[in-house]
Amino acid sequence: MSELIKFLEQESTEKRASFPKFQAGDTINVHVKIREGNKERIQQFQGVVIQRKNPNTNGETFTVRKVSNQIGLERIFPLLSPSIEKIELVRRGKVRRARIYYLRGLQGKAARIKERR
Amino acid sequence: MPGIIGKKIGMTSLFTADGKYTPVTLIQAGPCVVTQVKTVETDGYAAVQLGYGEKKLKRTTKAEAGHFQKASTSPKKKVAEFDVEGVSFNLGDTVDASLFVEGEFIDVVGTSKGKGFQGVVKRHNFAGVGGQTHGQHNRARHPGSIGAASWPSRVFKGMRMAGRMGGNRVKIQNLIVLRVIAEKNLLVVSGSVPGAKNSYVLIEK
Repeated sequence: MSELIKFLEQESTEKRASFPKFQAGDTINVHVKIREGNKERIQQFQGVVIQRKNPNTNGETFTVRKVSNQIGLERIFPLLSPSIEKIELVRRGKVRRARIYYLRGLQGKAARIKERR
Repeated sequence: MPGIIGKKIGMTSLFTADGKYTPVTLIQAGPCVVTQVKTVETDGYAAVQLGYGEKKLKRTTKAEAGHFQKASTSPKKKVAEFDVEGVSFNLGDTVDASLFVEGEFIDVVGTSKGKGFQGVVKRHNFAGVGGQTHGQHNRARHPGSIGAASWPSRVFKGMRMAGRMGGNRVKIQNLIVLRVIAEKNLLVVSGSVPGAKNSYVLIEK
């Protein structure tokens, strides 16, 4: 890749490095800026990371799943989106694959993930 | 509308200030040198000629060398003319990326990538034959009829057919300057720009 493109992408590289390292199976808390009219506030979305797509590119996204009132909720966030204020790593999970789609079919006790230490 | 000569560096993508993920092209815009100033009195119209890209003196014709000598600059690879609406230039001035401001609409001219000899489906966006069955043999990407028999009993001029594609001068209008990095003479432009990497492009305001 051209040096000049690297120079342009330096910002996003730095931003990517400012987030904690997380992978599929980890529980994270995403602080998202929400606009309501002219007001801006921060909403938190806590759940299990199901996948990270297009890693180490500007278009990298990750999917967070949480179960709220027995309804599964999944949200896809672009990692470098300006609306992401902060990402907190709550708990590291031990899973055997990079995309844990099987979690969607599991409920209650079965949907637990062992903690990675 | 003044402009500048640049070099296409490549593409990437980034988030704009309003949070939209946009494909962008990076252009090295200048620094260009004013090699000639044309005025209505001397040339019949007003324009400015810019030069960009270093060229060896050995590979420059004597006529060209003299022309660049007049502007007291080294020989340039690419020379192009631009309008001078509302801006004044002097011979030998340098023009760089600071000519542009962020958020400005620009047009970019370049030579599109050559595609070689292409059929009508790629070249003219023909739909081809719909299916593989119902008596179709080997004509899935053929143009079909190119005219009728008894009248006009000829093929009209300009009928779109297969042939050489690409390598044309193409202007892409209304691209937005997303960022100007003045110290490196870089422009970050929304969307794509005609031509291959490292090819020369003209950026017009």
